[in-house]
Amino acid sequence: MIVNKISVLIGGEAGAGITRSGFLFAKACLRGGLYVFGTNDYQSLIRGGHNFYIARADAEEIYSQADTIDLLLALNKETILRHKDELVSGGGIVYDGEEIILSNEELSRDYLKLYPVPLRRIVKELNGAIIMRNTVALGAAIGLLDYDLEILNEVMRDTFKPKVAESNIKAAKMGYDYAQEHYAGNFEYRLEKTQTDGKRKIFLTGNEAVGLGAIRAGCKFYAAYPMTPATGVLHFMAPLDRKYNMIVIQTESEIAAINMVAGAFFAGARAMTATSGGGFCLMSEGLGMTGMTETPAVIMLAQRPGPSTGLPTYSGQGDLRFVIHASQGEFPRVVIAPGDVEECFYKTMEAFNLAEKFQIPVILITDKYLVESHGAADVFDQNRIRIDRGLLLAEEEYVGEEEYKRHKFTEDGVSPRAMLGMRGAIVRTNADEHDELGYTTDDPELTTKMVDKRFKKLNVLIRELENYETTKLYGPKEADVTILGWGSTKGPIREAMKILSKEGLKLNYLQIIYLNPFPVANVQKILKSAKKTVVVENNKTSQLSSLIREHLLMTVDHKILKYTGRPFNPKELSQRIKEVL
Amino acid sequence: MVTLGDLKTPAKNTWCPGCGNFGILMGFKKALMQLGLEREKVVLVSGIGCHGKMVNYVNVNGFHGIHGRVLPLATGIKLANPNLTVVGFAGDADQYDEGWGHFSHAIRRNIDITLIVHNNMVLGLTTGQTTSTSQKGFKTKSTPFGSIPPALNPIAHALVSHGTFVARGYAGDMMHLTGLIVEAIKHKGFALLDVFQPCVTFNYLNTYDWFKERVYKLEEEGHDYTDKWKALEKSFEWGDRIPIGIFYKEERPTYRDGLPQVKDMPLTKLPTEDVDIAPILESMM
Repeated sequence: MIVNKISVLIGGEAGAGITRSGFLFAKACLRGGLYVFGTNDYQSLIRGGHNFYIARADAEEIYSQADTIDLLLALNKETILRHKDELVSGGGIVYDGEEIILSNEELSRDYLKLYPVPLRRIVKELNGAIIMRNTVALGAAIGLLDYDLEILNEVMRDTFKPKVAESNIKAAKMGYDYAQEHYAGNFEYRLEKTQTDGKRKIFLTGNEAVGLGAIRAGCKFYAAYPMTPATGVLHFMAPLDRKYNMIVIQTESEIAAINMVAGAFFAGARAMTATSGGGFCLMSEGLGMTGMTETPAVIMLAQRPGPSTGLPTYSGQGDLRFVIHASQGEFPRVVIAPGDVEECFYKTMEAFNLAEKFQIPVILITDKYLVESHGAADVFDQNRIRIDRGLLLAEEEYVGEEEYKRHKFTEDGVSPRAMLGMRGAIVRTNADEHDELGYTTDDPELTTKMVDKRFKKLNVLIRELENYETTKLYGPKEADVTILGWGSTKGPIREAMKILSKEGLKLNYLQIIYLNPFPVANVQKILKSAKKTVVVENNKTSQLSSLIREHLLMTVDHKILKYTGRPFNPKELSQRIKEVL
Repeated sequence: MVTLGDLKTPAKNTWCPGCGNFGILMGFKKALMQLGLEREKVVLVSGIGCHGKMVNYVNVNGFHGIHGRVLPLATGIKLANPNLTVVGFAGDADQYDEGWGHFSHAIRRNIDITLIVHNNMVLGLTTGQTTSTSQKGFKTKSTPFGSIPPALNPIAHALVSHGTFVARGYAGDMMHLTGLIVEAIKHKGFALLDVFQPCVTFNYLNTYDWFKERVYKLEEEGHDYTDKWKALEKSFEWGDRIPIGIFYKEERPTYRDGLPQVKDMPLTKLPTEDVDIAPILESMM
């Protein structure tokens, strides 16, 4: 009997409610006291095709999906045929035996356990919508696992409107009873709740965590054009705009979005946009404008594999160099790569502070795997990051000794930023090179001075970042192998470390969170004493290795790269680490 | 009350002598004086082209943005703080070529801003190429054998995009233009004011004389600007007689009127501290 350790895959056609069902299952496990992780996989279409969601639950802490599946909830035959090889020996398949005829030749895996449940018939008996098949399957899974159905019911009550919840609760019960009646004690896996006080952790996507961070940071204006996988932020923010006194606007393009954000920040409001690579391309010129006009901006870029449209619903890390260099000319910017939902929240809050304090654009670089997967976290501490708006003049009247100068030369390069409408202050800025007052100039000395002014801020910024967690070390200080990575590879890397540590390997992992300005000192400290270094990235050219080379004149020993559009799996990654050693 | 002296800036004007832009510049300054607006409450947003230098020449708040993006930039400012009077200045290439993708959207949203387009039917600052409002057959460095397609009709486009204030002025008639700018700024909602602005250096066709012979004032011929179909008909009038004045005007709720949570409250006045997200966190548990 395997207790509290399971990987469940629910699959079917697009539009069948796959992600929602997987989410409900994972959340029910979380409420029972288990650690959970959930990730989805879908194609760029609205109906049909193949979608799946992997929900993993464990009594031990987990950080990603597993390599294998223990229980398959198949809403169509394709799900079985596609995923049967991922099932472990003794793994089970819940499917509609009256709809799907499985021949032995097709399955050809005699070590699997089949649990047919008449999903469609049960829904019909209940007079329910056909989409509720997934809930029946969910109930059957709970029954097979001998888990507490009431926890799932509670989660559904919290998720759906009362009427919908009640019909789903009925459907789940029918599935549960069917499984208990026909298959009790037959499946080797069981789930048991380890806590009874239910709500202790939150379960959310990276997109939602970014949105939460923005709202908590006082973002009042969110402008975006829908683009997978960043659309989740728009969907999260839009229904909250009335409650939180925000303006959430869907724009005609990403060009409009970045310019609106610049306008709102120029007026004195905190503003944000999010997009993916293609949209970020369109924003590049506006990004440069925020750099030139010293207008703060916060942009989240959720990567997917490129170039161009690439794999629009999958994940990749090919845009790091792009965001560091995007737009013509030279100007300071910050690039932050959160690695899990917690960091999505806290780093978004930091992004707003840095954007305003240094009057520069700040880019949060994430990817599909991070922003659309569900992760569990301790309830976010609302007060960990203090709001710092920098030199923002918000009084009614400007009382300087001299005329207000938006781009005043100062010791650290940061000029006081007056909110528009302030009596006595005329605020002028300019995408052309300009003087302190914002008037256009092409004077060579003044140009040099202005470029230097903007870059003075970079020196101060680098000093400021010494107080930030720009990198994070996992594992012992001294190790035989040092893994380096950024962003969403964090989960799989930590999983691989668990596996390799158990096998006796002494390794540590340096997560680089701030990619620009590059945290040279922190990385150097680790690399100096590292015996063997391995960079892990979801791209072809190992962009992090090139940054290390550029900033530290050091070459990493090994690169483990994957660019299938899919994240690393724990065992797969641990195998590849062993191969290069 | 703001005076001409208050609006003066130290920047040296670099427009060609006789440029139509001078009429627009003076018309705008006079309009600000007539309206009695405080300089600090006015924001001038401009794009790229000769018109873009407006930011240097009027001493009010200003953002000289990038090519074609006057409208989203101005939209962001106005949505963030509705107490500001936001006036966008764009060129014909700036708005009707590079920025065409924003035109209908800002209009149909009825963002409460004014857009004044310096329409000289040529690209001036890049030394003379065709634009989307250049006449068919117009010869320039980029169209040595004449511009092939017909010109865009911004007035008609604004009307079919649900424009609530659609007008055309002429830089050669500053008094009339000033009146139109005053009306455009006073209008609650999006105001388009397309202005014929002769380019004395690169537009050999649409000169002061050319316009003088053709333009007539709609209001002098009894045009009813509440009649949308009539306005649309008038927008297609081109040739020997070309109308200027207000084509169409109506009252319609602005975009911000559709946002009850902020009403007339500037976003800049809302506290950024202590936004309580506990209820959302609770729902995620």
